[in-house]
Amino acid sequence: MDLFGIPAPLLFGQVLLGLINGAFYALLSLGLAVIFGMLNVINFTHGAQFMMGAFVAWMLLEWLGIGYWGALLLAPLIVGATGIIMERLMIARLYKLDHLYGLLLTFGLGLIIEGLFRNEFGSSGLPYRIPVELQGAWDLDFMFMPVYRGWVVLVAFVMCLATWLVIEKTKIGSYLRAATENPALVQAFGINVPRMMTLTYGAGVALAAFAGVLAAPIYSVNPQMGSNLIIIVFAVVVIGGMGSILGSVLTGFGLGIIEGLTKVFYPEASSTVIFVVMALVLLARPAALLGRS
Amino acid sequence: MLEIKGLEAWYGESHVLHGVDLHINDGEVVTLLGRNGAGKTSTLRAIMGLVGRRSGSIRFNGQELVARRSDLIARAGIAYCPEERGIFASLDVTENLMLPPQIAPGGMSVDEIYTLFPNLKERARSPGNKLSGGEQQMLAIGRILRTGAKLLLLDEPSEGLAPVIVQQIGITVRELKKRGFTVLLVEQNFRFAQTVADRHYVMDHGVVVDHVANHELAGAMDRLHNYLGV
Repeated sequence: MDLFGIPAPLLFGQVLLGLINGAFYALLSLGLAVIFGMLNVINFTHGAQFMMGAFVAWMLLEWLGIGYWGALLLAPLIVGATGIIMERLMIARLYKLDHLYGLLLTFGLGLIIEGLFRNEFGSSGLPYRIPVELQGAWDLDFMFMPVYRGWVVLVAFVMCLATWLVIEKTKIGSYLRAATENPALVQAFGINVPRMMTLTYGAGVALAAFAGVLAAPIYSVNPQMGSNLIIIVFAVVVIGGMGSILGSVLTGFGLGIIEGLTKVFYPEASSTVIFVVMALVLLARPAALLGRS
Repeated sequence: MLEIKGLEAWYGESHVLHGVDLHINDGEVVTLLGRNGAGKTSTLRAIMGLVGRRSGSIRFNGQELVARRSDLIARAGIAYCPEERGIFASLDVTENLMLPPQIAPGGMSVDEIYTLFPNLKERARSPGNKLSGGEQQMLAIGRILRTGAKLLLLDEPSEGLAPVIVQQIGITVRELKKRGFTVLLVEQNFRFAQTVADRHYVMDHGVVVDHVANHELAGAMDRLHNYLGV
């Protein structure tokens, strides 16, 4: 069976691969969007925090014997807690300053964290096994689909949906949206906005760590795994609109698929196609697809 | 209930209040009159802790508020309705109404607020930025009545509204007084202030320069015209 002159297994295989990459783009850009919306800080430490999630999963397994399922819960909590400490000690001092300061601080912190892990664990990468329950593959007639990859797409989608629901449909979410517009007034109504910002940063970082645990069995656990991904994720965030939740999720999955398809039809462009889309979107709509101008 | 002495305030380098003195008794409606830039809005913002820096004394029910963070000032029992109304565009009417947390028992119920402002009930699901100016003002007042705060700071609720809406706001303020709320009202609209208030403070250049009881207002007109430049 051929589609557009391409064998179906190849085409669907690349679309699936694109969806998986898209799942990570979506999860990571979601965390960035949540943080940017509330704190007005572009969190360049995000890639390092994603990597920390994967490493914490590895440490939990190697040192404490806590497996994948436990790590999926614990690693985001642990890495989220480090995020909370970072926000309290450092990032909270930058809110009144220009974006540039937040960018420099978080970028520098990211480099430091990455360097520390490289010093300690080397850069060759550590193995992390797929949990027994998610091993194997489904035969979909046109291709074999590894169970774990299907799981990643599903979980990422559920996580994005849950985050969107929390922000759009709950009381906490209404505080977040209101504080994004006018934090001073929300605080004058009696809400502790500084604490809310701390917890928001922690939650965004926890999302990155969660993505890191999901990634651990697919990519090898290594200190650079975040910085490789984060450049693309920033392009996704720019395309989706800074601070737009729905925008980040849709562009995350969408660009993953576009990237996958480019690999089929014009492989030479597959690593640049996202940046081409970014440039086009910025030329046509500087506020991006769903962003606030 | 509220006793302000020697209140000074700054926005960055600019010194906007130069020692404001005023007091409000329980259950009163008091206005701050004055020209643009006289310091009326800054006084309300300073009470709420929304200026850069302040000094002096703001005593509310025996507690000193001048050094407190604005969320703790709100929790002491003061609710604020800003001049620009501050309706959140990304929240619908119900979410806007439910946003300020309850800080004490005895606030009005949502049904009572809808009875006061029937328009809001019809627009319950509209986004905040799709409301008319009058509806926004009603929402901005309505949402602070739920919280249980007994002192309301209202910044120019009549500004830019059609006469019939101003009338409705006037009825609301009198109704609030009847229900036992204490109100500090910033106004430029002299005639409107006259229909709702017990007393008036006049501000100029960041200080209170005069004080008139409402029943003496007619006799003080010449003096006030001088201050207000009307």
